[in-house]
Amino acid sequence: MTQVSMTVNGKTVSGDVEGRTLLSSFLRDHLSLTGTHVGCDTAQCGACVVHVNGEAVKSCNMLALEADGAEVGTIEGQANPDGSLNVIQQAFQDHHGLQCGFCTPGMVMSAAALLKENPRPTEAEIRKYLEGNLCRCTGYHNIVKAIMAASGQDVSHIAAE
Amino acid sequence: MPKDSGIGASSKRREDVRFLTGAGNYTDDINIRGQAYVYFLRSDIAHGRIKSIDTSAAEAMPGVVRVFTGKDFEGVSGMPCGWEVTDKHGAPMQEPPHPILAQGKVRHVGDPIAAVVADSLEQARDAAEAIDVDIEELPAVLDMKAAAEEGAPLVHDDLKNNICYDWQLGEADDDKVNEVFANAAHVTTLELVNNRLVANPMEPRVAVAEYSRGTDEYTLYTTSQNPHVIRLLMCAFVLGLPEHKVRVVAPDVGGGFGTKIFHYAEEAFCTFAAKACNRPVKWTASRSEAFMSDAQGRDHVSKIELALDADNNFVGLRTHTYANLGAYLSTFSSSVPTWLHGTLMAGNYKTPVIQVNVRAMFTNTVPVDAYRGAGRPEATYQLERVIDKAARELGVDPVALRRQNFITQFPYDTPVALTYDTGDYNGTMDKLEQAADFAGFPARRAESEARGKLRGLGVNCYIEACGIAPSNIVGMLGARAGLYDAATVRVNATGSISVMVGAHSHGQGHETAFPQVVADMIGIDESMVEIVHGDTSKIPFGMGTYGSRSLAVCGSAMVKATEKVIEKAKKIAAHLLEASEADIELKDGQFTVAGTDKSVAWGDVTLTAYVPHNFPLEVEPGLEETAFYDPANFTFPAGAYACEVEVDPETGQVTIERFTAADDFGNIINPMIVDGQVHGGIGQGIGQALLENCVYDENGQLLSASFMDYAMPRADDVPFYTVDHSSQTPCTHNPLGVKGCGEAGAIGSPPAVVNAVIDALQSGGKAVDHIDMPVSPSRVWAAMNS
Amino acid sequence: MYNFEFKSPSTIADAVAALAGEDAQALGGGQTLIPTMKQRLAAPATLVRLGGIPELKGVCVEDDGSIAIGAATTHATVAREVADKYPALADLAGHIGDPAVRNRGTIGGSLANNDPAACYPAAVLGSGAMVVTNSRQIAADDFFQGMFTTALDEGEIITSVRFPVPQAASYQKFLQPASRFALVGVFLARFADGVRVAVTGASEEGVFRWAEAEQALNKEFRPDALMDLRVNPMNMIGDLHGSKEYRAHLVGVMTRRAVQACI
Repeated sequence: MTQVSMTVNGKTVSGDVEGRTLLSSFLRDHLSLTGTHVGCDTAQCGACVVHVNGEAVKSCNMLALEADGAEVGTIEGQANPDGSLNVIQQAFQDHHGLQCGFCTPGMVMSAAALLKENPRPTEAEIRKYLEGNLCRCTGYHNIVKAIMAASGQDVSHIAAE
Repeated sequence: MPKDSGIGASSKRREDVRFLTGAGNYTDDINIRGQAYVYFLRSDIAHGRIKSIDTSAAEAMPGVVRVFTGKDFEGVSGMPCGWEVTDKHGAPMQEPPHPILAQGKVRHVGDPIAAVVADSLEQARDAAEAIDVDIEELPAVLDMKAAAEEGAPLVHDDLKNNICYDWQLGEADDDKVNEVFANAAHVTTLELVNNRLVANPMEPRVAVAEYSRGTDEYTLYTTSQNPHVIRLLMCAFVLGLPEHKVRVVAPDVGGGFGTKIFHYAEEAFCTFAAKACNRPVKWTASRSEAFMSDAQGRDHVSKIELALDADNNFVGLRTHTYANLGAYLSTFSSSVPTWLHGTLMAGNYKTPVIQVNVRAMFTNTVPVDAYRGAGRPEATYQLERVIDKAARELGVDPVALRRQNFITQFPYDTPVALTYDTGDYNGTMDKLEQAADFAGFPARRAESEARGKLRGLGVNCYIEACGIAPSNIVGMLGARAGLYDAATVRVNATGSISVMVGAHSHGQGHETAFPQVVADMIGIDESMVEIVHGDTSKIPFGMGTYGSRSLAVCGSAMVKATEKVIEKAKKIAAHLLEASEADIELKDGQFTVAGTDKSVAWGDVTLTAYVPHNFPLEVEPGLEETAFYDPANFTFPAGAYACEVEVDPETGQVTIERFTAADDFGNIINPMIVDGQVHGGIGQGIGQALLENCVYDENGQLLSASFMDYAMPRADDVPFYTVDHSSQTPCTHNPLGVKGCGEAGAIGSPPAVVNAVIDALQSGGKAVDHIDMPVSPSRVWAAMNS
Repeated sequence: MYNFEFKSPSTIADAVAALAGEDAQALGGGQTLIPTMKQRLAAPATLVRLGGIPELKGVCVEDDGSIAIGAATTHATVAREVADKYPALADLAGHIGDPAVRNRGTIGGSLANNDPAACYPAAVLGSGAMVVTNSRQIAADDFFQGMFTTALDEGEIITSVRFPVPQAASYQKFLQPASRFALVGVFLARFADGVRVAVTGASEEGVFRWAEAEQALNKEFRPDALMDLRVNPMNMIGDLHGSKEYRAHLVGVMTRRAVQACI
């Protein structure tokens, strides 16, 4: 066992882990931050996306020890300080960008990384950026729409029905 | 004006807040103090005889609690099949045993041979590697037609052959059918494959079980669409446990799509092992494990023949389908190629003579069962592809050919056992033509051609039988269960309401849409109504969520229970208002006496029900009612879909440029949620049509065993969809007039995509009249160059 | 996965020393290695992380104008930092995997693994780049030795890759729809002294140079110059995503498109 320390959602945490402990396991099992989900074992689905030092990464594809000393952000730290939904989360609710909710944490974390990099992405840029985030419920329509809305774009022209 | 609350309002989903903040409670988020972990050693060969299993080394490994093999389950029944299909000669289907852990033979890659329970998952896996299994490999049975031949290796040694059943529906007189075809002016024939799919809900399956020696009670947390069904099957048919000692909880579930309906061996195993080991036992499937243990979908090979008269009226339809059931009968597998498939072969058309033949096969593959649409996509695909081919052969407009043959009089008795209660197929097609802008297609095609691309427009219709299902009818057809549902409406003293429903919500938004109904009926704010689901200890009973049934069946039970509550509340209100019960009206949460200004608020009545100081003596205190609802008929959502594709003639790459759906779902409770359901179905349908394919090699090895080889649709594989559900013919036999919307997208979209690709290729002068799904670039290129 | 000892050296020398141990394995971004280890298909006793070595990271322009990329530089960094220096290379890096994978995966890791469908080998071979290790320099033409096989010795680590910058270049990737690796990827670079064409995803032998196409393009640099050329389907990969013939066909299409993009 090796001690690992990092900042998670602004809070310093540490724990004893094995070499093989994945960052996703550290978050879920050691810190009980179960909002980060694991949906595959080949780094394809993106349900486990978190931010490490401000960048989106797949936490099931990174060792906890690799995040030693890092600043980690998870879905649990995304809401506004008063607990209300942040702009992206609110847009997902407003535009029905989620159904079963399992891919949602990864989607929100990827969307946040995208908007940081590209504050006003086009539809095509959003679709391309979500290449590593699978959703089986929504057919992606409302996810793309929600991210466009979260970036301040008018989405009223996008057919809803 | 769109409504802002109640029935018809696009209320925002309340469940979203927990999912968006990481506060959901999925089964893998549940950890019980002292839990052990199970790892299943699964067969890596498709077919073999187990000669010996030596677990002694594994048992001595660190952290190992116990190692189980098939021997430990010799006195335990196997996994049951919930539907007995009778073959065309009146004999019951062949029904082989399906053990929890393999006994004697392994029959597919992924078949569990042994299970190791240990302190940690890695320890369990380490020990599993130390199990010495000697298996004599046998020839694998994979091709369905070869499997049916005499002398083929047997998947199950005790069966007479690999045919589960030969089933027929519709016209039984072969001579009559032959005559129709002999006299037809034109016959179009098509042979096609409905590709095998893996449902792949984003949450893999999980089971956590605990047992208390003190109370002899079990609790199973599991990723299920129907916890009561799991409890019933596991208690009554597998483990022989009394139901009242077993609680099954399906908490937040990350998508189901059918594959989480079924009772799986891992659920029964964890429950059994929790007692045997006296420790909570947890199993979490990896995605790789899901690919070889979740029931898979579709996998039909069909020949369909359509006979038309000289005026292009459909006069006869005949199909011969081989349906792959995999190695064992999964819970509802037998019903999918039969009663959920053959019955839909009439489609939206008044074809007078129909004969459906289905031969269901055992093969050395993962079991196949219901996947979104379940039988209905297979029927729709055959029918809508053969109609399209017929139109092309006859040189007539595919839409006109469909319109000419539409059923227009309702109710309509089909030749394949259904009675459609209502519909307006021409009206729905009108909506489609407008929403999809058929008129603008030639200009869009010209624009594509100017860029060197081929553009095609594909159209199809669909009908589905949902709201599953009248218990007396399905009982006659072989179902070993009733298919009603139940709800309890519990009004609290302060007027808020908890509704315990048998339907399970795993993405469908019941927690938002169901309260809209109850709140609307009473005239109170939606936020005063809460839905409780997914826990057998909290809800009266429930057959669960599948077959687009939740609102049509469970919602109807909820309406009935709410009506009972209102009836009783009116008695109390009449007492408080000193009026006759017959004069009491309920509107906007106020009970009034007709023709007077006397009123009492909902909350005052409910408080009185629980503080019955001034109360009618003949009425019981409290305000809680339960109702069971058994539907009188199926519901029949129907629609028309249009897809526009571009094909790159150099690479064969197909891109979906536009996709439009016009659906008739009857009345709609929450349009936003309905849109979302259709979007998701279309996404999966496009996935089937262009990308997804579950492939085994000639030895039964699963080649598409991970997301690296099984192509899931991604955001950039699909466009924005246009969804129109303004065509509404309400269901005539349930109280809400609703039909169900969960599967439509997956049923209606594959033929539209393939029809569009064929249209594009033919526009480019390519003599291609069919390509099997998935219509991959490689296949398109091969078809263009053959 | 099996357990292992995790080491995170901060110098190349320490990394080389750590890799001298028995069953030691270098960890780049881990985007292929970690999934492989999850499947228990790799079982290193020691995993030596290279991501903590500052001298392995970053992009710089050498005196001769070539671009040197540290082996532990992520795809995302390359996509960002060489965008104006070597656009085709940046484009390639910016389309590997997905954004989260690009934030972890490294050029060194990709090259050392030499997956037959990976993108970077095409860029390195197509550019005629130099692979620099802790002990030597290996020319691209010598580095790739068949799928998952390279000229690297046991314990040898890539420290940087030096790319000469061509006059024009293009990477054309046709996606394998599931993995989003290249079903066929063609990296074409036009230098003053000739054209190089490297193909990934297609061959049983891993990344390769399409010599006939190079010769034809050296004579005449336009798409039509390739119309009569075809790679031999026999040597191509045939699998559930595309037949040998289809891959052979795609090599031609992607190469012509790369030429077109360079004109």
